[in-house]
Amino acid sequence: MAATKHTIVALVADRPGVLNRMASLFRRRGFNIDSIAVGHSETPHLSRMTIVAEGSNTQVEQIRKQVEKIIDVIRVQDISAQDIVTRELALIKVKAGAENRSEIMQIVDIFRAKIVDVSADSVMVEATGDEEKVDSLYNLLKPFGIKEMTRTGRIAMTRGEQSGRREDTAD
Amino acid sequence: MKLTGSQILCESLLKEGVDVVFGYPGGQVLPLYHTLTQYPALRHILVRHEQGAVHAADAYSRVTGRIGVCLATSGPGATNLITGLANAYMDSVPMVAITGQVPRTMIGRDAFQEADITGITIPITKHNYLVMDVNDLARTVKEAFYIAGTGRPGPVLIDLPRDIQQELADFHYPARLNLPGYKPTLGGNPLQIKKAAKLLAEAAKPVIIAGHGVRISHAYGELKQLAETLQAPVITTLLGISSFPESHELSFGMLGMHGSAYANLAVTDSDLIIAIGMRFDDRATGKISAFAPDARVIHIDIDPAEVGKNVKVDVPIVGDAKTILVELNKEIAPKRHDAWLAQLNGWKREFPSGFEIRESETILPQYVIRKIWETTKGQATVVTGVGQHQMFAAQHYFYDKPNSFITSGGLGTMGFELPAAFGAKIGLPDETVWCIAGDGSIQMTIQELGTIRQENADVKIAILNNGFLGMVRQWQELFYERNYSATPLWCPDFIKIAEAYCIPAQNVTCKADVISAIEKAMATPGPYIINFVVEPEENVYPMVPPGAGIDNILHEPRKEAC
Ligand SMILES: Cc1ncc(C[n+]2csc(CCOP(=O)(O)OP(=O)(O)O)c2C)c(N)n1
Repeated sequence: MAATKHTIVALVADRPGVLNRMASLFRRRGFNIDSIAVGHSETPHLSRMTIVAEGSNTQVEQIRKQVEKIIDVIRVQDISAQDIVTRELALIKVKAGAENRSEIMQIVDIFRAKIVDVSADSVMVEATGDEEKVDSLYNLLKPFGIKEMTRTGRIAMTRGEQSGRREDTAD
Repeated sequence: MKLTGSQILCESLLKEGVDVVFGYPGGQVLPLYHTLTQYPALRHILVRHEQGAVHAADAYSRVTGRIGVCLATSGPGATNLITGLANAYMDSVPMVAITGQVPRTMIGRDAFQEADITGITIPITKHNYLVMDVNDLARTVKEAFYIAGTGRPGPVLIDLPRDIQQELADFHYPARLNLPGYKPTLGGNPLQIKKAAKLLAEAAKPVIIAGHGVRISHAYGELKQLAETLQAPVITTLLGISSFPESHELSFGMLGMHGSAYANLAVTDSDLIIAIGMRFDDRATGKISAFAPDARVIHIDIDPAEVGKNVKVDVPIVGDAKTILVELNKEIAPKRHDAWLAQLNGWKREFPSGFEIRESETILPQYVIRKIWETTKGQATVVTGVGQHQMFAAQHYFYDKPNSFITSGGLGTMGFELPAAFGAKIGLPDETVWCIAGDGSIQMTIQELGTIRQENADVKIAILNNGFLGMVRQWQELFYERNYSATPLWCPDFIKIAEAYCIPAQNVTCKADVISAIEKAMATPGPYIINFVVEPEENVYPMVPPGAGIDNILHEPRKEAC
């Protein structure tokens, strides 16, 4: 069965070790995590996690059910097939002397990214958007020389309805 | 009045109805051990190794349906629990393990005897806790017992820093729990149950596969009713043994690698499987692609993650086996499957291996098991280790009494038998408990004879001594050109060992003495050990080679007449 990227969102109790439990489960079931992002949710003491992992639909369904068994996981959903908004934040430090600074600024503008720090020989660019946008920006900046880059990994939310609702399974 | 953490723990255990704790002391649980003597209602049993404590708690749980409790100190004490926790996790046995931890201020500093036991046990516990505030302790214990015993049961670990054991707090045992992420489904979906009933009504060659879930939910009566109403054969998994009386005409034994040929053929040829509380383990299914190719599958399981994990399921029903079977039984009408049952009985006559015992001058392990069955009239609780003796005990004792076969299925843990038999006896003081041991397996935890002696536990121990790590030797014989690498096993004089532990014992080297030895063991109060010197290279048949379909059956080769 075809392996595709899946976006899984989970609402989890904000307790020590939850991230470890989640990561450990993916590892033990033989799943590679592309990215995992965690932060506070709208409810105090609950965090929302976005996990991107690759697998067939059946494999991902199995891992979703296993994740659901973690006691600290309140609800979990594979939202890949839904209408979702995904974002990622990247900080990219690019080599920039006086001669190409304006060219870089133009590219940054087109991507509606921002320059958040400038030094004698580099600029730091902050970009948000889906991964493709960040990838394209990165590709355009690459020829100038990338000194450093860090990306948060995907966070996602479904449009309209609330994300990470416990699915009422048909059984 | 404020109580110490240790007192809070003891009070909480009493609230949960705990009366036995299997454990081993050490520095980081000293405050708790100091407190235990104030609580005579909590009987502490000192084992000889923490693995003994966890297996004893495991079997205690299995036989009583209550939650077994074990206790260990930090570091090496805690890590000695690992095998037993993994064992309980794989076999869905409810258990609460309590471990001592270094004081909070020392955590994370590689303090003496510190081990990150909550980190280590994440993949082998249903849940675990590190208690960092004495005010959380009572709630943690309540949650731990609830989580361990409900839904798909499993072990839960509580790690308790030493300073918390001494700290004072008010004791309030919470009446209610707040676990928003934990809501096990119990009742099956009525529509799915109706769908299942419809498939069952249409099937010409149905089989019921009963697993451990039937035993865990005590659905014996409901399973029997289902089988009798449908006149459908009942086949069990290894852990499903003793969920259905084996003397029943609808009982067709166990399926899988060492299942009976007729059970494996029946499952392969069936047009509908109703699997109850079993998880399609590879030892039961063989090669998945060859598993019951024409059968539709109804799968009843309390764990939604089990449904569709290994085989494609047509009708999943998530919930407690008993609750679902009660509802399902209301939906089905009596049926007959005479032709199908005749076909199965034909296979039974055609392929008796694994059922009939051949003639032999020497003592065959199968013969010993059969004689124990006869002598105990099928009324014993049988606890096994892992290896050939385990399979012989599964095949040649006929379990009519519900829940009377205790074995390590999922993990296949050698050394399970002795502490588990002991734990079973503690749980069932009035029942006959037989420990069927391998000469290899028993040596992994043989020091628990000390526990058995100290508690004067009336456990009858049969060692099937073949001088080999038999099951591995069998694989070497069949699949590795008889290259017996590291499987011949020197054994100590088990009678002298027994003597050292002040346990009566005898060797049996000739067939004529088998029955009298078993009778002697039964007549002797307290523990008794029989070392049966059995045919060294006997094999377990039938056998499905690893990786083959379960209809790919190796039968016992005819022995040359000598
Ligand atoms: C702890 C552990 N180590 C290794 C194994 C692998 N293993 C499975 S059966 C077996 C041999 C068992 O020998 P014995 O206890 O003498 O029983 P027999 O097969 O001879 O009846 C071994 C080594 C295991 N199941 N558990």
